[in-house]
Amino acid sequence: MDFTESFLESLGTLTLNKTRTGLAILGIVIGIGSVIALISLGQASQQAVQSQIQSLGSNLLTVQPGSISQSGVRGATGGSTTLTWDDAKEIAASSRITTVQKVSPEFSSRSQVITGGNNTNTQIIGVTPVYAEVHKITITSGNFITQNDVDTMAKVAVVGPQVVTDLFGEDTDPIGKTIRISGQMLTIVGVTESKGGSGFMNQDTIVYVPLTTAQKQLFGVNYLTSIALEAKSADLMVSAQDEVGYLLLERHKLSDPTQADFSIMSQQDILNMASSTTGTFTALLSGIAAISLLVGGIGIMNIMLVTVTERTREIGLRKALGAKKKVITTQFLTEAIILTFSGGVIGIVVGVVASYIISILISMTFTLSFSAIMLAFVVSTAIGIIFGWYPANKAARLQPIEALRYE
Amino acid sequence: MSANSIIQTTHLSKVYKNEVVETIALNDISFTIEKGEFVAIMGPSGSGKSTLMHILGALDLPTQGEYLLDGENVEKLSDDELADIRNRKIGFIFQAYNLLPRTSALKNVVLPMRYAGIPKEIRVEKATKYLKMVGLENRMEYAPNQLSGGQQQRVAIARALVMDPAILLADEPTGNIASVQAEEIMNVFQDLNDKGHTIIMITHESDIAEHAKRIIHLRDGKIINDGNGHKQKRAKNH
Ligand SMILES: Nc1ncnc2c1ncn2[C@@H]1O[C@H](COP(=O)(O)OP(=O)(O)OP(=O)(O)O)[C@@H](O)[C@H]1O
Ligand SMILES: [Mg+2]
Repeated sequence: MDFTESFLESLGTLTLNKTRTGLAILGIVIGIGSVIALISLGQASQQAVQSQIQSLGSNLLTVQPGSISQSGVRGATGGSTTLTWDDAKEIAASSRITTVQKVSPEFSSRSQVITGGNNTNTQIIGVTPVYAEVHKITITSGNFITQNDVDTMAKVAVVGPQVVTDLFGEDTDPIGKTIRISGQMLTIVGVTESKGGSGFMNQDTIVYVPLTTAQKQLFGVNYLTSIALEAKSADLMVSAQDEVGYLLLERHKLSDPTQADFSIMSQQDILNMASSTTGTFTALLSGIAAISLLVGGIGIMNIMLVTVTERTREIGLRKALGAKKKVITTQFLTEAIILTFSGGVIGIVVGVVASYIISILISMTFTLSFSAIMLAFVVSTAIGIIFGWYPANKAARLQPIEALRYE
Repeated sequence: MSANSIIQTTHLSKVYKNEVVETIALNDISFTIEKGEFVAIMGPSGSGKSTLMHILGALDLPTQGEYLLDGENVEKLSDDELADIRNRKIGFIFQAYNLLPRTSALKNVVLPMRYAGIPKEIRVEKATKYLKMVGLENRMEYAPNQLSGGQQQRVAIARALVMDPAILLADEPTGNIASVQAEEIMNVFQDLNDKGHTIIMITHESDIAEHAKRIIHLRDGKIINDGNGHKQKRAKNH
C-alpha cells in the first residue's frame, strides 16, 4: 500500500471529527509551545546576563565582604562591614601587589532620590574617579566625579539617563539641577551614557556620588560594599585574585583562607553563578513543560483508543479483506503521528510568537533557538509513535469476526 | 483426502459460550469440497450456515475439529498468513454486506487490491469493470449510506470477485436483489464456476440453489443432507 494513499486516508478520518482532533492536538500544542517558549527565553536571558556582565568592564575582579559557602552562594552580607577604604588603599599601594593596575573602592546602597514633586528609589554608589575607568562608564554631558569632589566631600552627583527621565521627564538637561538624598541637596554635574539593559544590573538607573560624600554625609558608614580591581591582563586574573586574597587575609588577621571574611570573584565567577541560576530555572520550567507534553501524549493515546474502539468493525472488515497487522498498525500510527506532528508545528509557531512577545514585554533580545525547534519536531513525532503504539497494536490484534460483530 | 479437495472439514464444531448460556452453532461437521465444485448450503435461520461460512473463509476458528484449506490446517497459520489467504484465495460476500462506511463504492471494491499491492491504475480499471458487471456503473462514487440494500449487496459482490479468487464464499448473495438481477449475478457465478473456481453459496431460495450441483442441508448445526440438486428437490417436496 503506498504511503500517500494511506496518509490521505488518515487525514480524511481525522477531519471527520474536527472538534475531537482539535482538542487532541491542543494538548500537544500547549506542550510543545511552552517547551519552545521556555527554551528560547532561557537562552535569551542567559545571553542577556552574559552580555551585561561583560559590559561591566574587562579583567574585572570584585572584592566583597562576607564569605562564599561551598555551594557557591554568597553568605549573608548584611552585617559584613569588614571591608574598608584602607584595604583598598593598601591594595593600590602595596609593593606585593604586582598584577593589579586599578583599584576602585565603592559603597553602594539603595535610597530614595527626591526632586520637587518627583521621587524614585534607586541605587546610589559612592565612587572615586577610577570607577569610570574600571567599569567603562561614558559621560554624555557634564563630567564624572573628580578627585577634587572626593577630597572636598562635594555635594555633587552623576546620574544615569533613566534617573533623569524619572525625575525630570524626557529630553531635559539636568546639569546644575539639584536632587535630595537622605536629606542632603546634591547638584547634578554629569549624565552617563545609556547602556540599556534590564534586570539586576541596569546601569541607567544608578546615581553616582563621591565616595566620601556617600560614606559620611548620606549613609554615615565607614566601610565599603565592594572593591573593584582591574588586573593588568586577562592572564593575570588568577594571580591577582591570589595576591589580593593573601594581602587582605593578613590585614584582617586571618590565617585560614577558609575563614576569609571577604570573597574575590572574577567576571567569570559571576557569570557562572548567574548562568547556573538561570540554568536551574530553565531546567525547572522545561521539566514542567515536559510534563505538559506527557499529559498531551496521554491525551493522544486516549483519543486513539477511542478511535480504535469506534472503528472496531472497520478494522475487522479490513482484516477480513486481507489487511495484515502491519497495515493496520501503520494506519493508526500514521493518524497518531499526524496529530502530534501538526500539534508540534502549531506548537512551534505558538511558542516562537509567545517568546517574541514576552521578549518585547521584558525588553530582552529575541533569540530563536533552532535546536529547540528541531527538538520539538523530533519530540512531537516521537510522542505520536510512543503513545500511538499501544492503540495501533490493539487494533492490529483484533480478530476479524469478533471485530465485525462488535457493537 | 483426494488430491483435488480444496476444502476439508473433520468433526468440526463451534460452541459460543458466555456467562449464562452455551450455544452449539456447529456440531460435528465433516465434508469435503473438490476444486471447481459449486455448492449451495441451505437450512433454516439459526442453523449455523453463516458460522460455518466464517470458518471456511478463515475468518473464525472452530472450537473443535480440523479444517484443511487447500491442504493447510488453518489453525496452524499466523494472523498475517491468514490475511494473505483471505486476500488472494477467498472472495467473501457477507450476509450483512460489510462495506467500509463513508467510502465510495469504487474505493470499497479497490480495497482488497490495495492490500494485495496491485498498482493503482490496474486497481481502478478492474474495480470499474466489476462494478459495471453488477450494474452499478453510475453509482461508483456513492457511499454505502447513499445506496439501497440491493445496491450495497452488489458492491459487496463486486468486491468479492475483483481479486479473481479461487474460492468464492457467498452468504445469501441475492437476498436483497430482485430476481432478474439475481439471475444475472447467478450467471456471473456460473461463468466463474465454468472457469474452474470453487463456489460455496448460502441461500434460502431453491431456484437460486438449483444453480449449484451439490446442496448441503444444515439444521441445528448438523448436516442433515448432502447431495445433488435433484435430491434437494425431493427433500423440499416431503
Ligand atoms: N457470537 C455469537 N455468540 C453466541 N451465539 C452465536 C454467535 N453467533 C451466532 N450464534 C448462534 O449460532 C447459531 C447459528 O448462527 P448463524 O449466524 O450461523 O445462523 P444462520 O444459519 O446463518 O442464520 P440466518 O439464516 O438467519 O443467517 C444461532 O443460534 C446464533 O444464535
Ligand atoms: Mg446467516
